[in-house]
Amino acid sequence: MKLGKIFCGVLAAVMTLSIAGCGEEKKTTLVMATNAEFPPYEYREGDQIVGIDAEIAQAIADDLGLELVIEDMAFDSLIAAVQSGKADMVLAGMTVREDRLENVNFSDPYTLTAQVVIVKDGSAIASPADLAGKKVGVQLGTTGDIYAEDIENVTVERFNKGFEAVQSLLQDKVDAVIIDREPAKVFVSENEGLIILDEEYTIEEYAIAIAKENTELLEQVNASLAKLKDSGKIGSIINKYITAE
Amino acid sequence: MSDWLKDFAHDFYLNFIKDDRWLYITRGLRTTVLITVFALILGVVLGFIVAIIRSAHDKTGKLKIANFICRVYLTVIRGTPVVVQLLIIYYGIFASVTINKMIVAVIAFGVNSGAYVAEIVRSGIMSIDKGQLEAGRSLGFSYAQTMVYIILPQAFKNVLPALGNEFIVLLKETSISGYIAMEDLTKGGDIIRSRTFDAMMPLLAVAAIYLTMVILLEFLVGKLERRLRNSDH
Repeated sequence: MKLGKIFCGVLAAVMTLSIAGCGEEKKTTLVMATNAEFPPYEYREGDQIVGIDAEIAQAIADDLGLELVIEDMAFDSLIAAVQSGKADMVLAGMTVREDRLENVNFSDPYTLTAQVVIVKDGSAIASPADLAGKKVGVQLGTTGDIYAEDIENVTVERFNKGFEAVQSLLQDKVDAVIIDREPAKVFVSENEGLIILDEEYTIEEYAIAIAKENTELLEQVNASLAKLKDSGKIGSIINKYITAE
Repeated sequence: MSDWLKDFAHDFYLNFIKDDRWLYITRGLRTTVLITVFALILGVVLGFIVAIIRSAHDKTGKLKIANFICRVYLTVIRGTPVVVQLLIIYYGIFASVTINKMIVAVIAFGVNSGAYVAEIVRSGIMSIDKGQLEAGRSLGFSYAQTMVYIILPQAFKNVLPALGNEFIVLLKETSISGYIAMEDLTKGGDIIRSRTFDAMMPLLAVAAIYLTMVILLEFLVGKLERRLRNSDH
């Protein structure tokens, strides 16, 4: 059933894209690419992909009068997906970065977050400065991965999924994990004996990535985001998933 | 045309030269070759042992328990995907011990390959005319001696093409080592892709290197085949 739905979605997207390619017909879907292993921004619940990003994308799609289609893929292929036209936009807790800006445009940021360090309770690592010479687990292609490389004498272990890095931490296969703050909270709450260091690794902003050529969609998305911010919709979506401390 | 060349040169610089990114490829290649070579040795040793036990049971009816264990091994290993086996070995069997990931990968791929090698070698042993066994035994050789001196050398020659096939499959299967955060050749390409967001060039480079290795492997197996054929008359 789930597969059928996804297949129909993909088929619809492909058909729409190919029709759009012909120039006459109007686009009716908005294809969002994401990596649905990143709670609370995007994760699977039953046969649905839910989370902050999924709801924001839905709100934008509603605003633009389009039907939202979500495509789940590996984090490191997301930018390639919008570049090649396989998706219209990426909402995946993606941070605005210089090197990504060379390849795609970013919308206005919709939330502020941070990279944090998870360690085992009782670990000798008490601040990000203690990571030198340690084994650090990250998710391939994330900002944590790129920052981790700058640590002195570090061994970076790149996992395909964030939770695999956390699992390896639990089994002492790595000494620490650098990952985005909100997923980190979920991982720590679900696994005993893990803590998040008080000192954040870096502060960063999430935004929506859109292909360079597609400036029309970028403007529409930005206008839509502004509307949703003003109406308090974005705030209420974020509050629904992230309880304030 | 010159624009295309300029683009190509720029992409090449970005993907391989900048920040010494080619190191991901060379280090990955080293990991891939190491896993493949040691897994191949483990697979061949395991495969021959299992094949000898299984065919001894088929021919003499002895070794019932050992044969049963071997059959369970073959069913379980051939019945589950190698990527699942790799993850079970890393996160399950070696969950509580710190172990070099190279050893994990060699065990996973070696044990997996062993199951396929076993059936290939057994088919070779069973293909040798039973008159050969009878002749050996009537000359005063024990079953083991007949096996080692008469049957296995002929069987090996017969199964060499199928074994070569299995080695090629093994080499390419190691491309899933990235699942346990090992930096093999495929993962090396993936890391570059995650930095440059170039969908094509790192993948094509990785594909070309695998292809070159397979061609080399085919050449070596072919050479061994011709060498062994010298004894045909």
